[in-house]
Order: sequence, then structure tokens, then C-alpha cells
Amino acid sequence: MSQQTVDSALDLALDGSVPPAGGSGRLQRRPWLGILASALRMTRTRIGLAIVVLILLVAVFGPLIAPYSPTEFVAPPNSPPSSDALFGADALGRDVWSRFLYGGLSVLWMSAAATLLGVVLGVTVGLVAAYSRNWVDDVLMRGNDVVLAFPQIILALLAVSALGAKLWLIVLIVGLTHAPRVARVIRGAAQEVVERDFVKAAEAVGEKRSRIIFGELLPNVTSPLLVELGLRMTYSIALVAAISFLGFGLQPPAADWGLMINENRLSITVQPWSVLLPVLAIGLLTVGTNLVTDGIARAAIGLDRKGH
Amino acid sequence: MSAGVVDVQDLCIELVGQDADVVDEISLTITPGEVLGVVGESGSGKTTVGMALLGHVRRGGRVGHGAVVVDGRDLAQLGERELRRLRGGTVAYIPQDPGTALNPALRLRRQLFEVLEAHAGEWDGEERDARVRETLEEVALPSDDAFLSRYPHQLSGGQQQRVAIAMAFACRPRVIVCDEPTTGLDVTTQARVLETVRDLCRSHAVAALYVSHDLAVVAELADRVAVMYAGRIVESGTRDQLFTAPRHPYTRRLLRAVPDLAGKRAVVGIPGYAPLPGGRPEGCTFHPRCTLASDRCRETFPAPQDVGGGQIVRCHHAAEAPREVKVEGGAAAAAASPGPEVVLAVRGLDAHHGTRDTLFEIELELHRCECLALVGESGSGKTTLARCVAGLHKDYTGDVVLGDDVLAPAARKRPGAARKDIQYIFQNPYASLNPRRTVGQTIARQLELFDPGRKDMQRRVVECLERVALSGSAANRYPDQLSGGERQRVAIARALAAEPTVMICDEITSALDVSVQAAIIELLRDLRGEIGLGLLFITHNLALIRTIADRVAVMTQGRIVELGPTATLLERPSAPYTQQLLANTPNIAV
Repeated sequence: MSQQTVDSALDLALDGSVPPAGGSGRLQRRPWLGILASALRMTRTRIGLAIVVLILLVAVFGPLIAPYSPTEFVAPPNSPPSSDALFGADALGRDVWSRFLYGGLSVLWMSAAATLLGVVLGVTVGLVAAYSRNWVDDVLMRGNDVVLAFPQIILALLAVSALGAKLWLIVLIVGLTHAPRVARVIRGAAQEVVERDFVKAAEAVGEKRSRIIFGELLPNVTSPLLVELGLRMTYSIALVAAISFLGFGLQPPAADWGLMINENRLSITVQPWSVLLPVLAIGLLTVGTNLVTDGIARAAIGLDRKGH
Repeated sequence: MSAGVVDVQDLCIELVGQDADVVDEISLTITPGEVLGVVGESGSGKTTVGMALLGHVRRGGRVGHGAVVVDGRDLAQLGERELRRLRGGTVAYIPQDPGTALNPALRLRRQLFEVLEAHAGEWDGEERDARVRETLEEVALPSDDAFLSRYPHQLSGGQQQRVAIAMAFACRPRVIVCDEPTTGLDVTTQARVLETVRDLCRSHAVAALYVSHDLAVVAELADRVAVMYAGRIVESGTRDQLFTAPRHPYTRRLLRAVPDLAGKRAVVGIPGYAPLPGGRPEGCTFHPRCTLASDRCRETFPAPQDVGGGQIVRCHHAAEAPREVKVEGGAAAAAASPGPEVVLAVRGLDAHHGTRDTLFEIELELHRCECLALVGESGSGKTTLARCVAGLHKDYTGDVVLGDDVLAPAARKRPGAARKDIQYIFQNPYASLNPRRTVGQTIARQLELFDPGRKDMQRRVVECLERVALSGSAANRYPDQLSGGERQRVAIARALAAEPTVMICDEITSALDVSVQAAIIELLRDLRGEIGLGLLFITHNLALIRTIADRVAVMTQGRIVELGPTATLLERPSAPYTQQLLANTPNIAV
């Protein structure tokens, strides 16, 4: 009898006529979707996203609208902008505008791939370390410290100078050097989650380790994960462009923003556009990804406050 | 009327920017030396009222109308500087958790001196020193230099709370606000702390507002009691009036929900929710949960009426209330009697935490259908024992025997059947459910784990939820969209989904309000009868075990000091520790 009264009262409540206690979290449905949605309501995120999308469009569809081939000689070296060459010619007489439109894709895919690699690896290491709480944790984190002791660019240069300038190697090294940085953050966030009872509940019923790590822990670190994704993307862009600039990326005569800066830096006073265009693009891209990340971070903090 | 040192008239505190009040129509008076208990469940606004006496309104709220007059001064007229002088000086506050209220980086001497420096600036060092020592003695703490140079972490929880009380009384306030100061303490400590507060209030003629959700504590301490529900005082009167002749249906139901150490009546929960600010119903706020509700209750909120002897009730049906509010269930739901078959046994178990031994020679047997209560104060080892049984604490020697099989210490190394048979329910339902999974996903995973390959998952999830009196629509919700009681039901549903033979309930009601606790206890009692479940019920609340347990094991310092049938143990305890525990448990004599 009494059970029925309880039942009907709860029914009433669950069907929405009375809001259940503490039930505010509409955004909680899919936590990362919620974070992205509220990040998108911020002006900074919108500006950042507009910049990123603009540069993405240039890099992806640029080759389709380029007036010349990136390797075609169209004018005397370092000619100023004219009706033939919109932004003039570079140090070898190729069209700056065409080389610019062709040169973005490599930076973008390489930094995206490196970011993805670094975050996937870092999240795995971080979660495993946080969950194991024994010598595995120590080994992983001390290993991380060793990698962290070197500046990322030094390790990358070391690798390319030893093994040659290969694009996959750059992606690999940039990704690998991101991993410990991501791992530290994710481990920190997961350490608090590991202590919660639902993890013990999963252990008590004998869930597999991998399932606890990726099924129980991972969904609870989505906010730092999203932030890391954006932050590492920003760093990747800068690193990959720097490596190209130093001549270890795409090799001439291919078009590449980093390379363009290097090729034309000596004639910057005569023909600034060949340096300025790629510099602006790389600069804007990092600012754009950073703005998006910042928005996500702010949204994530707000969401966490609401959630708990 | 205004003989009180505290005089609150028609106070309303509302949420800024929303058309909702947190509390409204609050009127109360406290005379010097009197303790007014304010009881209510979570969200009833009792802490908000307490804070109002300190001239403080939580962020997002503001005083809508009404006045708080303390010691002849209207707090609304005071500036920030005057309020600062008032707080701690005239009105002192004893917080819920002394562990966070004391600054861990300061020695006690500093902390206590600080209060006096702020409020008795003209005193010299010697006077302050004398007052600090005097106050420490009053709260039964040592007052020597060695003690004064300790840090808060070097004290026990009870001592910390005494220091907090000493800080509150050091300036000889006129009024003191206690916000559930004994909630985190063991019964023995609680009893002593309550005694200290009461003595100090009497001897210094301090008016006290004692906010608590624990009716038994209020019954021990308060001279008068105000019951709050959904931001209103629904009934107030002297302690005797309220506990022997409650007139408001809510008060009556609340009293029926409180487990009673002496009586044999079963606890009965109150169905439904206490409404939150913004979601409160028209008319009498209690009507959706009230058995006496009539059309009048749905339309108008009843005005306060004096039913004699200063007892004030806000109910349209107060006149007819002496007629017992009908409560179904209760004694009728007698649980099934335990069978002879032993489902779980613990033999010669010693447990360790690192180098420290925490359990010694534990021997236990749990029969089919039986509910064995494990009682003890914090640190007695009851949770460790439960975790050993569940395979969550593997650092032990001795045997955990399920049926005929000796189990491996680690859950991961145990056979699947053993993990299925022993299910563990955690104390805090806010932490035991993954916040990123829907209730349905959580339960489906459990079903999949123990009975894989079945197709009709949807239907089975709904079945599991219905078994714990939840609607099937709860499956699509995330834990944060449910109340504490509902979450605990989900946790029970998850455990039941495995179809266990033993269920370990680790303080599963201690995070819940009494009315919800009672409903959970009812549920467990019914389930036990239905599916022949053995329950290992861990609690620090002795009053609770009478209504649910067949046998009780009392633990202290890692040992079982007494084990026997519930009635025998409660009425004729043999171990001195059990006797002491019983004597210290606050009780409502109804």
C-alpha cells in the first residue's frame, strides 16, 4: 500500500510536474555538446571560430582559386603587386598569392594530426596513470618528466636532423612531445574521479580495467580534454610552422607557409607581401584556435560549477 | 511580545531576479537562555533563517520584507561595519563542519585571540588570555599552553567542534546560531557537545537558534521548536507540545519517519518531494504530499492559528488533526523471517591498512533473508569490514566464505558468480552513480555484465526501476536530475539487477533526509521478503536498526564487541560499549 503511494508520487515528479531536487542540468545530457554549445554563445568563441573557418577555407579551397601553379615563374623576382600578380612575386619570381593559397594545407593537416596523436596518447597515459595508483603511475609520470625536461622544438629538431626531414616524423615527434603535457593535466583531473564511489562500484562487479578507464573515467574528464585539444592545436601550429621555417618540413619548391617565410625573409624590405601573408595567416590561426579554446575553457568551468 | 533578544517579524528572503522566495512569513522570538530548535528537511530554508540572524543573506538572495531585530537593533538599519561588530560579538555562529571552519594554519591560541581582538579591542593581553582559558574550561577542553599551541588537525572532530563553540562563546554573545553543529560527530561526542551548548546557553543567558534536520537532537536540546517546510514555519510550540501533540500533518509524518530507539513501530516515509524555491505549489505548500488535503488546501495557504498554549499551526485541518493521520504500511509490512541457511560467513578476519591493523578476528554469519546490522562509530572498522566482504579492500587475512566457497580477497580475482551474489551499495548516492551516464545505461550495463546476450534490455531496465518504486521514465535521466532518495533507489536497482543473494548497505541512508530514509528502509524491508535477500546493513544510527535488523553486531576499534538479536541487544545490552552507545543516542520520547 505504502509502496504504491510512493510510486505514484514519484511518477508525478518524474513526469515533470514537480522539478526533482537539484535537477538543473539540461546541459549535462552530452557533456561535451553542452560545453561546446555554451562556448558558442560567447563572442570570443565566435570570433575565434570565424578566423579558424576562414583560414581553413583558404587552405582547403585555395588551390582551386589560385591563378597560377605554385611553382610557375610569373614575374621578375620580388616584383611588387601588379594586375598580373595580386601580391607580387617572391624571391624567385613565383606568384605570392598562389603560393599562399597552396601553402596552408600542409601546416593544417600536420598540426591537426600531431594534436590528435598527442591528445589520444596523453589521455591514455594520464588515465592509466591516475587509475593504477601504483608503480605503473610512477613509471609513466617519471617518463613524462623526462620528456618534459626538453623543449619541444629541441626534441623535434633532434629527431629530424638524425632521421631526415620527413613529414610523418614531424607529426610523430610533435605529437609525442605533446603527450606528456596532456597526460599531466588529464591525470590530475582523473585523480579526483578515481576516488569516487562509482569507480569502486564498477570494480566490485568486476568490470575490466580498460572499460573502467575509458567507460567510467573518460566521460568525466571531457572538459579538460576539450581544453587540451584546443590548446595543443595552437601549439602544434606554431611548432609545425617553425619546423618548416627552419627547413625541415616540406622541401622546396613546394609551397608551405613556414617555408615561404624562410625563402623570402631576406627580401622583406623590398617585397614584404611574400613574408607578411603567411605570417598573418599563421598568427591569425593561432589566435583563432586560442580564442576557441578559451571559450571552451570558460564554458567548461561554468558547466562544472552547475553540475556539482 | 518582544521580550525576546531575537525578534523576527514576517521575514521574507527572495531570489534576486526570480519571482521566488526562499523563506517567507517567518516570525519568531527567542528569549535569553532559551534554545529554539528549527527543524526541516533539506531545502526547507532553515539555514537561510539562521543566517538572517547574522545579517547575512546568501549570494543571489535579498531580504524582500520583514525585519530581524537582534538585541534591540534592526539588522536592516546597520551598515557593513556595524554588522561586522555584531557578528561574533552580539551574535555568534557555530558552523556545521569545524574541520573547515578553523584555519588549519593557525594555532588555537591565535584563532581564539583573533575573536577577542576583533570584538574586545580595548582589552589587554592578560584579560584576553584569562578569557580564552576560562572559555576553554567551559567547553571542557584543557586550557594549558600545550593545548593552546596545537593546530586544528591535531584535535579530534569533537574537540574541534568544542573549539568552535569556545570561539563563539568567547565574546559572551547574546545570541548564538548553531547550524547542525553535531551532524558530523559520533553519538558519544554529539551527546557531550549538546550538553555543553545547553549548559553554556543556560549559564550565560544566551538565546540560541539551533538549526537541525535531526529531530531527535532537537528533542534533546530545544525548549521550543519550529518546524519548517518549503520556506514557511508550519508549526511551532514548546518541545512537549510538538513531540507529544503535533497538529500539523507534516510534523506528524516527520515524526513517524524518525526511527525510534525505544518503540517498536516501523518508520514510514513521506511520499513525494519537498518543493524547492520557485517550484512551490499554490495554496498550502504541503498539500501534494498530505493525506488530509482538501480543495481549500489547494487554493489558500492557511494563516497561523493558535491551537492553545502558544502552539501555532498553519493548517486548515488543525482542528481535526488530533484524529490520527492515517499512515499505511508500517507494522503490517513485517519482514520475512530468516532461514537457517548461511549465505555468507566471515571467519577470523584481520584487515590492515598499510602497516596499521584495522580489524581483529572478525567472525560473522549472515543467513538467508536475514538483515544483520553492523553498528559502530566512525573509525570502528565497519566500512572496512564491508569492503573486505565485497572484495574492495584486499589487504586482509582470514576467510570470506560465500555459500561453500572461500573467496579471493580482490573482487577482480573472484569468480563472476561471487561478484554477482555480493552487491555493494554506497553511502553517498551522489558519488556512486557515474554522472555522465543515464540511469538506464547504468542499469543496462549491470544486466549485460551478469546476464549477457539478452535482447529485451529496455523492458528489463524498466522492470528493475519499477522494483524500487521508480517510474520507467527515470531511465532516460542523468543522476543529477534526480533527488538524493531517487539516486539511492537507482543504486539499489543496480544492485538488484545482478540478482544477488547478499546486499551490503553501507550507511545508505545517512546522506538522506529522514522522510526519504524511512521510504528507503521500507523498500528494503519489502524487498527482503520478496526475494529472500541477505542484508548486511551498516549504520551509525542505533535507532534505525530496530526497524530493519534481525541481529546486530556492535563494532568498536576493529572488533565486534557484541552480537545478538536486535531486541535483546537494545533492551539488555551486555557489553559496556553498547550500553554507553545506547545511553548517548538521542531519542524522541513519544
